[in-house]
Amino acid sequence: MAKSDAIEGSKDPDLIKLVEEQQVKVPEKKKPRAEQDVSDLLDMKMQKYLRGEAANLEVLQDKKLKTQLVIKEKLYGQSAKAAAKHEQWLMPNEEGFLEAEGFEKTWRITQQSLLNEVDANSSRKAFDMILPELGPYRMKYTSNGRYMLLGGRKGHLGLLDMLSFDIVKEFQVRETVRDVEFLHTEELFSVAQKKYLYIYNRQGTEIHCLKEHGTPLRLQFLDKHFLLASVNTFGQLHYQDVTTGEIVANLRTGLGRTDVMRMNPYNSIIGLGHSSGKLTMWKPTSAKPLITMFCNPGPVTAIAFHSNGHLMATAGMGCRIKLWDIRKFEVLHSYFGHASTLDFSQKGLLAVGNRTHVNVWRDYKGDQRYGRYMTHEMVKGYQVNNLVFRPYEDVLGIGHSMGISSILIPGSGEPNFDSWVANPYETKKQRREKEVHSLLDKLPPETIMLDPKEIGTVKQPRKKEKKSKKEMEEEMEAEVETAKAIKLKKKTKGRNKPSKRAKKKEEEVLKAKRPFVEQRLKEEQPFKKQKMIAEGEAELPVSLQRFARKQAA
Amino acid sequence: MKVKVISRSTDDFTRERSQDLHKVFRNYDPNLRTQEKAIEYTRALNAAKLEKIFARPLIGAMDGHIDAISCMAKNPNHLKGIFSGSMDGDIRLWDMATRRTTCRFNGHQGPVRGLTVSTDGNVLVSCGNDCSVKLWKVASTFESSDTVEDDEPLANYVWKYAFRAVDHQWESNIFATGGAQVDIWDHNRSNPVNSFEWGTATIVSLRFNPGEPNVLATSASDRSITLYDLRMSSPARKVIMKTKTNAICWNPMEPMNFTAANEDCNCYSYDARKLDEAKCVHQDHVSAVMDIDYSPTGREFVTGSYDRTVRIFRYNGGHSREIYHTKRMQRVFCVKYSCDGTYVISGSDDTNLRLWKANASEQLGVLLPRERKKQEYLDAVKNRYKHLPDVKRIIRHRHLPKPIYKAAGLRRTMVEAERRKDERRRAHSAPGSTSVQPFRKRRIIQEIE
Repeated sequence: MAKSDAIEGSKDPDLIKLVEEQQVKVPEKKKPRAEQDVSDLLDMKMQKYLRGEAANLEVLQDKKLKTQLVIKEKLYGQSAKAAAKHEQWLMPNEEGFLEAEGFEKTWRITQQSLLNEVDANSSRKAFDMILPELGPYRMKYTSNGRYMLLGGRKGHLGLLDMLSFDIVKEFQVRETVRDVEFLHTEELFSVAQKKYLYIYNRQGTEIHCLKEHGTPLRLQFLDKHFLLASVNTFGQLHYQDVTTGEIVANLRTGLGRTDVMRMNPYNSIIGLGHSSGKLTMWKPTSAKPLITMFCNPGPVTAIAFHSNGHLMATAGMGCRIKLWDIRKFEVLHSYFGHASTLDFSQKGLLAVGNRTHVNVWRDYKGDQRYGRYMTHEMVKGYQVNNLVFRPYEDVLGIGHSMGISSILIPGSGEPNFDSWVANPYETKKQRREKEVHSLLDKLPPETIMLDPKEIGTVKQPRKKEKKSKKEMEEEMEAEVETAKAIKLKKKTKGRNKPSKRAKKKEEEVLKAKRPFVEQRLKEEQPFKKQKMIAEGEAELPVSLQRFARKQAA
Repeated sequence: MKVKVISRSTDDFTRERSQDLHKVFRNYDPNLRTQEKAIEYTRALNAAKLEKIFARPLIGAMDGHIDAISCMAKNPNHLKGIFSGSMDGDIRLWDMATRRTTCRFNGHQGPVRGLTVSTDGNVLVSCGNDCSVKLWKVASTFESSDTVEDDEPLANYVWKYAFRAVDHQWESNIFATGGAQVDIWDHNRSNPVNSFEWGTATIVSLRFNPGEPNVLATSASDRSITLYDLRMSSPARKVIMKTKTNAICWNPMEPMNFTAANEDCNCYSYDARKLDEAKCVHQDHVSAVMDIDYSPTGREFVTGSYDRTVRIFRYNGGHSREIYHTKRMQRVFCVKYSCDGTYVISGSDDTNLRLWKANASEQLGVLLPRERKKQEYLDAVKNRYKHLPDVKRIIRHRHLPKPIYKAAGLRRTMVEAERRKDERRRAHSAPGSTSVQPFRKRRIIQEIE
């Protein structure tokens, strides 16, 4: 802790005292330097809480509305400032870090040397579990980072409490396990098994067998929507509401079997990587993908989404790891390398797993230019299967062919949790309370959209596609042709004269032409009006204009 | 190498004893709570739905009268008492908490047309078509559960004409009656101390200004609203509208403003200093508005109408916020807002008084701080998303009785037709020869000083 105080000097309690003393002593108008620094720092921190630029109120004509909005904006500013102050002074923990000194490089620092430096409580978090028989293993953490679920390919399932290092439940299902996923709490978890998708509870009791999903390969849980998403061997994406049991969507990707699936935590959109090198993004309410993008020549092997919703990482067989700006769908940076698994941490570190290597990348300058931060080599050629950062801890979980390990990555986790969002220390009663509240706030599937901030904003009116002149003419011609082709009935008593027939035909043609001519006139009208205004004739009301004296040409 | 990793000791984040409160840690980072707008919107939608579910405004009916209720008065000194007078001459004092009659005042021969209570709450003044004004003593407490019968008024003053309205001045012994003219009475005098007359019309309603006790507003059957000042010998100002005003009420918080309940289905809010145009026109009723009363907060008022509904308006709102009706409620002749602003009382043709909540879905009784906070939060999100179609539809929806729904549709058609006709007339007349009059001025014929 002493080290951290030295680094982040502004949080030093002595400094606060100093600032206060200066305030008392110097009754100057100009702010003292330290105070100025603090206020600058607060302003910088406020930006995060302001959630975007303020609206331009100067252009508003409506005075009443303007006043209301000015008051609103003021309130937003105040709440952002309060939040920034809270962050500045009241947060109990500080972010972890790793700094090299002299000729050291952070990526040369091994786990062993790290463990010698850190406190005993933290060193317990790094461990290796060798489970040689039923691997390779996949693992997941709950959203508060307290529980870990591990699933061995050959049917081994385990639920662990990572705070007390207790095994909550361990059992075998004696068939292939392809993926595991927690539902909204640790009480329930879903497992993609050989044929079907199963849901178990904490005691290991089978609660449901969901046959509608086919043979699922990967699972994702949309915790705000209570939707369990799975992709099966036929490349079908299923969404099932776990509160009602209703299948919300059954979407055919049409791009073949895939086991690359990730949910974007920013907007709950599912990203699927396909063997053709395409990446598709899905929401349950549209049968077609929202986005189809070509990422890599060769199959996509891994995807990861940053929680701020701007950044996506993809890896493919084409030996490229790419970082995308998913607001613009542009490649930001492209790196050489393979990855079988990718994961972003809460603080934006990127873990890249490939065979026996684990690399962690970091953007040192905050410009999405990622560079090497830490590396880790698996011993004895253990193959990395998946990598998951543990929320609210500086820990990276590795599921590999011979069990699971967990290593320390300083600076990866969010140091301060919010008791109302995810509390690692929550009690049974709190968990139950939270479950009820999250069910009350359950979002309907329609709220999944690319930009989640769009809700509550004004929908832009869609402009009607205007037909070009040529198209209009073609259409008119076609109509005229059909009108000409109408066969007239044979009439009797002089009504069948050639002249009458010709007249009738002509009428039909005119009738067909009429709507087009009217439309053209209508389009030309505004121009005419403008012309008249320009000539100064339009001062009279519309109905009297016809009496206006014509100007001499 | 310098290294620090997140390391929390469980003791710092959990409580020590089971009696302690759980520790709460906050982190307001927007990245931790994604899709916050969607969540807020869902909360707003759910809150709107819940509001509809809990909207049960009718608390109960108070029956006992055997003829239509013509007037009511609230006791300024006693929260749960309300006086009502009926067309058969019966005057009753009700206890709103138990919804039963605590006292009856017998004496009037014909309909009682006006009731008012002195500021200290001890004297009830009633007047009626039998040309008499009666003063009654109001007991402050009633021990027994039986109804007390009071046959002896404190005073009985007989005058020349049938009375239509009465109101008591604030903090004094003076009250005013209206009928063929306006008379000012003292409690202890058998003849009026002062009289005002302007034209020959009958006064139908009369109210003292709550801020300036000497100012009096009346409305008369010649469609006029007149302002009087007791310190002057003659009436001050008068405005004549196209239709009659049935009742007047001053805004207790902005005492220069009053609202007039008009025969043409609308209410008009006026600034007493500027009578040439209304400040606001409150539309929604489909038949004549019979009575009006302001909430003590001055932000809302309640109206009762001949169309058998009670509506609540904001003081500056063009349309009503709430409509109350029941199958059995007939034409409403009088309404009152309770002195604490949480209840509304209506008296109608079906001989019943009805007690309503002012906010249909409000939870009554003491709220815990957490409950109150939650309610405030839900109100805020509802307000924030009230413009979105789903939320708006739920918040705005009111079930209307079929005749009212149809009448409202008809009125809308008529107004629209008139507007269209006006527009065409304007289009076909020479520029500058017609003027557009705002609705706030259109129903006013002239202002006389």
